Amino acid sequence: MANRIVIDPVTRIEGHLRIEAALDSENTITEAYSAGTMVRGIENILKKRDPREAWAFAQRICGVCTTVHAIASIRAVEDALGIKIPKAANIMRNMIIAQQFIHDHVMHFYILHALDFVDVVSALEADPGKTSEIQQSISTWPNSSPAYFAEVQQKVKAIVDSGQLSLFSHGYWGHPAYKLPPELNLLGVAHYLECLDWQSRVTKIHTIFGGKNPHPNFVVGGVPLPIDMNSDQALNAEKLAVIADSIKRMNDFIDQVYLPDLLAIAPYYLEYASLGEGLGNFLSWGEFPEGNLNDLDRLIFPRGVILNRDLKQVITPDPRDAVKMKEFVTHSWYKYRQGDEAGLFPWEGETVFNYTGPKPPYEFLKVEGKYSWLKSPRWNELPMEVGPLARVLILYTTGHEETVKLTNSVLEALKAPLPAVFSTLGRTAARAIETKVIGGLLEKFYDELVAEIKASRTETFNSEKWNPGSWPKKAMGFGYTEAPRGALGHWVVIENKKIKNYQVVVPTTWNASPRDHKNQPGAYEASLVGTRLARPEQPLEILRTIHSFDPCLACAVHLIDARGQVVGEVGTGFNLVFKSD
Amino acid sequence: MKRKVVLGLGNILNGDEGAGVYALKELEKLLPEKLKMKIELVDGGVLGLDLLPYVEGASHLLILDAADTGAAPGTVVEYQDEEINLFYHQRLSWHQLGFQEVLAVAKIRHSYPDSVYLIGVQPENISPGVGLSQKLKKPVKHMARRALDIIRDWKLLS
Repeated sequence: MANRIVIDPVTRIEGHLRIEAALDSENTITEAYSAGTMVRGIENILKKRDPREAWAFAQRICGVCTTVHAIASIRAVEDALGIKIPKAANIMRNMIIAQQFIHDHVMHFYILHALDFVDVVSALEADPGKTSEIQQSISTWPNSSPAYFAEVQQKVKAIVDSGQLSLFSHGYWGHPAYKLPPELNLLGVAHYLECLDWQSRVTKIHTIFGGKNPHPNFVVGGVPLPIDMNSDQALNAEKLAVIADSIKRMNDFIDQVYLPDLLAIAPYYLEYASLGEGLGNFLSWGEFPEGNLNDLDRLIFPRGVILNRDLKQVITPDPRDAVKMKEFVTHSWYKYRQGDEAGLFPWEGETVFNYTGPKPPYEFLKVEGKYSWLKSPRWNELPMEVGPLARVLILYTTGHEETVKLTNSVLEALKAPLPAVFSTLGRTAARAIETKVIGGLLEKFYDELVAEIKASRTETFNSEKWNPGSWPKKAMGFGYTEAPRGALGHWVVIENKKIKNYQVVVPTTWNASPRDHKNQPGAYEASLVGTRLARPEQPLEILRTIHSFDPCLACAVHLIDARGQVVGEVGTGFNLVFKSD
Repeated sequence: MKRKVVLGLGNILNGDEGAGVYALKELEKLLPEKLKMKIELVDGGVLGLDLLPYVEGASHLLILDAADTGAAPGTVVEYQDEEINLFYHQRLSWHQLGFQEVLAVAKIRHSYPDSVYLIGVQPENISPGVGLSQKLKKPVKHMARRALDIIRDWKLLS
């Protein structure tokens, strides 16, 4: 193919995503292919293990999103064995999930995504006095003096002068698609640096509820931390105060930095309110149960599917529906016993590697055949987008008051019509809207936990079915969570006290999936078509849209071998090669 | 007081790739109680930027990691201070993508530890699976003993 560009990898964290895009003579993308270039073997690792320990392995599926896999895993086992967790434990889990969302969304925005829109080097030309004026006009955030921004500018200058740009070395600085005035670039860089301080202060919930961080502890049946106001080893008044402080820091940053920044930057990039849509189909498994796991009426974030942009109707998908929920491998490096045109329901899922790709080094993947280590999950044989936009649209359509209000006010501020939500910018704005909603929920959960403690309902662990002797001979479970980047499902089959089968469908597998048995593209692939590149050798526009999904390939696929030749790269400076075993 | 941190890196789901985490566990067994109370053992997995607070809060940092130096499997290598930057810069570790940034950010923010030491081991098998390959078992124990030597050199008990 004549005009094809390759980006490999697109993520800046562990994990490998490769995008191949075909361009027409105007440098507009006509076809795009998304490939996960590392294999994941978790399913095979978990077989024959004690289901109560599965979370500890699942937690390591992804280097970055450890919590979400642990939660989905314990919920899957609880679902299979019919274990109900105490109310206080449920509130604590909701708080763990809420913290994960807020931390992750803010970090994604500043550390990864903002740099697609903020030109770090241009910040050197800013007038710190004007940046200060902008800051003071958009929020009450205290770090706003001209002297403060002059100091940040000096820091950036020192970094650039030292040649140690490694932190910012992936950027296409000076690219014509950067549109912000230098003063806003300086503002963005300042907040990039600030959120590094912020992050260490807002992980207290995980540290306290999980006993440690990173890699907090979890337990099937509840949370591993007792509540006892008279014990240093338990959740007590002192620890609650630390958590309250942590929640306040999160919400201050969301209200005074994140949301105002988004609204300040977005007007310069309104073309992205009509670019990057993708599928128009959305799925969420739902999150924040206030009752039992499967009580769908008591999920604060509803379980739902939206089809063809239709914001009048939300369908409730059933993850146990073996006809509708399937994974396909027609274009993936796996084989099914029934043949590669078949789709398999996760409880019956198979993970048998079948690498048929070219021997490296190679230029392009053979996209007519198999070309990715990701499977293609489909709901009712349709590709779905998962993530913040899916969740916000489902909340919006089902009339969640705060979401409706926030969405309308963002649209109004940007003078954009409702269909503008189906876009790269829509995805990025939805992430911020959702963060604000979850910040409010976290305060609510905290108050509920305190109320439980006051009422002496302090049980955090249900040991009733801890003993495998109490389990049925065979049990099957579904564990869901909404990870920050989208719907996550773990399907487990337990037989004779051990794991018989385990399948994980992660958000990035939905979004980054290759074409399926009907040749329907996945969300990334669809979202890039129609975008024009100013400089094909520096495909910033592709990064913007892909990053708006918050890709995390670390969990979607995993490492085989990373030594040797360049497969193909554009400005990312990373080498990758396959070993076909 | 600034913290003394031992950081085990790697993904235990990819065989020897998790060598740093296993070495950390071996070290935990060797450490005398008195010394254990003075330091923090952090199982860093492959967390990337989330590890920044552990690096920045430390005056002394000891990293245990899988290291692709092209040597025979099981070969243990040690690097110190400036060599470490180079180590991650040349991408000898599989965790460079996240960890190189962590070190760079700490440096930029002037909160780089006073002393940084790295003990690495050449893996044999890093395909999906749990547990170390036979050739790595002894070297990982050796890493832990070397780690104990380094920690003793920090003279925390005097």
